[in-house]
Amino acid sequence: MLRVEDLHVTRGHTKVLQGIDLTVQAGEIATLIGANGAGKTTTLMTLSGLLPVASGLLELDTGHGTIDIKRTKAVDLVRAGIVHCPEGRQIFGRLSIEENLYLGAYLSDDRTRVAKAISDLYEQFPILGERRAMKAGNLSGGEQMMLAIGRALVAEPKLLLLDEPSLGLAPQITEEIFAFLEELNREKDVTMLIVEQNAMLALELADRAFVMENGRIVLNGTGKELLDDPAVFEAYLGVG
Amino acid sequence: MSDYLIQQIVNGLSLGSLYALVAIGFSLIYGVIRLVNFAHGDLMMIGAYMTFGLVASGVVPWVALPLLVVAGGFAAGGLIERVAFRSITGAPMITGFIVTLSASIAIQNLALIFLGSQPRNFNFPEVFRMRLSLGGADVALIDLVIPVVTLLCALALTTFIRKTRVGIAIRAVAENPFAAQLMGISIGRLVFLVFAVGGALAALAGLFWSGKYGQINPLMGFLPGLKAFLATIIGGVGSLPGAIVGGYILGFSEIAFVGFLPSEYSGYRDAFVFGLLILILLVRPQGLFGESEQERA
Amino acid sequence: MKTMELSPVRAFILLVVAVGGLVLAVDGSGNGYYQTFTALTLINVMLAVSLTMTNGFTGMFSLGHPAFMTMGAYVALLFTYPVGRKGFAMPALPDIIAQVHLPLPLAALVGGVIAALAGWLIGRLMVHLQTHYLAVATLGLIIVVQTFALNLDGITRGGRGITGVPREATLSMIGICTVLVIILCWRIKHASLGRAMLAVRENEMAARCFGIDAFRLKLLAFVLGAGIAGFCGALLPHVVSVMSPKSFGLILAFNLIAIIVVGGQGSIVGAILAAVFISVGSESLRRVEETTGVYGVTQVIVAVALISFLLVRPKGLFGLKEPFIRTS
Repeated sequence: MLRVEDLHVTRGHTKVLQGIDLTVQAGEIATLIGANGAGKTTTLMTLSGLLPVASGLLELDTGHGTIDIKRTKAVDLVRAGIVHCPEGRQIFGRLSIEENLYLGAYLSDDRTRVAKAISDLYEQFPILGERRAMKAGNLSGGEQMMLAIGRALVAEPKLLLLDEPSLGLAPQITEEIFAFLEELNREKDVTMLIVEQNAMLALELADRAFVMENGRIVLNGTGKELLDDPAVFEAYLGVG
Repeated sequence: MSDYLIQQIVNGLSLGSLYALVAIGFSLIYGVIRLVNFAHGDLMMIGAYMTFGLVASGVVPWVALPLLVVAGGFAAGGLIERVAFRSITGAPMITGFIVTLSASIAIQNLALIFLGSQPRNFNFPEVFRMRLSLGGADVALIDLVIPVVTLLCALALTTFIRKTRVGIAIRAVAENPFAAQLMGISIGRLVFLVFAVGGALAALAGLFWSGKYGQINPLMGFLPGLKAFLATIIGGVGSLPGAIVGGYILGFSEIAFVGFLPSEYSGYRDAFVFGLLILILLVRPQGLFGESEQERA
Repeated sequence: MKTMELSPVRAFILLVVAVGGLVLAVDGSGNGYYQTFTALTLINVMLAVSLTMTNGFTGMFSLGHPAFMTMGAYVALLFTYPVGRKGFAMPALPDIIAQVHLPLPLAALVGGVIAALAGWLIGRLMVHLQTHYLAVATLGLIIVVQTFALNLDGITRGGRGITGVPREATLSMIGICTVLVIILCWRIKHASLGRAMLAVRENEMAARCFGIDAFRLKLLAFVLGAGIAGFCGALLPHVVSVMSPKSFGLILAFNLIAIIVVGGQGSIVGAILAAVFISVGSESLRRVEETTGVYGVTQVIVAVALISFLLVRPKGLFGLKEPFIRTS
């Protein structure tokens, strides 16, 4: 579904991405792991159209046709189904939970569908439903993550981009979140590309994994393969 | 209640409404792009001159006048955004500041060139200059119409911001433009809309101002514009209800200052207002309803 | 193309020679128009350089110069106005002041000192404000000062203004003051004081972590700027022979900002060059305005030019750098 070839991205004077290759098949969970500053967030931001591409191929196959991400505006990419759930969740704290979810489907004109999607979400996450009129800033970290994912889901994404879902969350909550993601992928067939620092969880969840270092992909394989790979173990899985 | 008091209250309501209308625009714009739009007060002047032009042409029926002026203000506000602000998105605050100040000076002087520096007088028809007796006091009808219309506008706008999709999007952009973009919200379009709506309201204030005072000149927008910014600060920048409340607080304070202090002090009206501004900035810069801004590094 | 690079000492000598030569030439020509124009331009240079220090060095955005100019002007006028006519023109003036007459240099100094004092009192309250708040507060200050000047008409003659001010501001006096102001600001910029100020401008929080007292520095810059502005404000009426509460207002503040932006918000040489350029340009445009009867064109052009300039070169022509002079 997603094809990235030889992507180069420059921010300011720095060459952040130096020719990366990625593919994500429809229905798959792919993960991108690596140290801080490797370029993972930059990759996601480029995929959602927020950063210009210096060179390379960047295509989304929606099943109805192919979209050249390089030439498409961010707004249209959201419309096409690429939804980016940013680092640190970034929910709108001053708005209510319901308004946050409502905004997730900002571009959708089918308000009946949106209403249904939101009520389905409340069934899945009763806490959000109970507090739907509350300001989102009052939620705990884990609840905010639920809200952020929920906000992304309301848009019925074809490709869900998640930037460090585990960031700042307690281990138990993180596990719950990842379990939810797995169920989401299994039941609703949502394709995901997850950027993660928590390599262990990410590799356990993912079908396909890519390791990024200094703007290049240095390793790729299935999640299981990389979990068993001693080099990966040493670099990313060794300490806590 | 003494009729003098009634008169002052009506005056305060009327003046406060004018400030509130302009302050709303300031607050909306600041909330979304974090810039003080110096040219906003001049939109009031543009509205006043549009009124003058339409009235003088004699072609336009009275009923259509407010609608046309508001539409004109909408267009003018949007135009200013396109011309002056579009190109400086993302620039540091000082740049934005200088640009809006320059835009204001340019507009004022263009008005001086094309509209002449002489103040223009004009009168609305009898129906607006009517006076009534309210509890024994002699008040102008227009001073009662203004607050009513203003409050209706305020109500409409507040509903818009709280209930409609676009209104919620505006609040989202005000809080976190980056995340808003990820929802597919087009920031550029929203900024345009906010400028245009602010312009429409300011133009309406211009219409009212000319009806109330009967005299306009090209530089008339600057001082009220600054005072409206003060109103915004009183209420808390970025807060819509704050702007409205601030407008009325300012209007009433100004009237009270002139109305209840001995007349030899009335010339100090503006000094009082701006002294108040400085005081508020020192004591409670976030105003009544605003959030305190983070300390900048 | 190799740009000329002078050592500061040579640059200083060049400055004195240039200003001195200019003054002698214009004075000698006896042409009243050019004398007035040169005087005003030199005063603009002083104002621009001092504003570079207040705004440029510490990164504040003060529009307050005209307010301090007004203060300095009226204070000085109290002492330079002919004693015989003071009683009549300024009836509310207390006798102690009414009887005293001071020559201009001294009176202007008094004006500057009073303005600096006001700057200290006001600055203590204001310099911590964020950019746009400080800008609006100082704009408010201009209006407050103008209002007081308008209303205290027993002393200031209010809206009627003060006419017949003795033209005591000679070109040589102004020339010397200009050179002194430039030297003062230059020395500050290139001393550790200036470096600390620039650090505050770059990143105030980081500067504070290094033990720099940002508040004190900003206050100092503000006070010095106010003092120089007051001094210049005191000189001006003695060039044009007239003073009114609206003499120094928003337009002047705006033009000064324009000069700073063009010159580079921290470059002294840039400020000097920009001040000269804009003074000459505005004056030429103003004459066009007079002949064609279309008033307002100058300001529109300045405003539009400023916006365009900011789009193309937001750091001004020279940013923080001092062109043509070796400063390491």
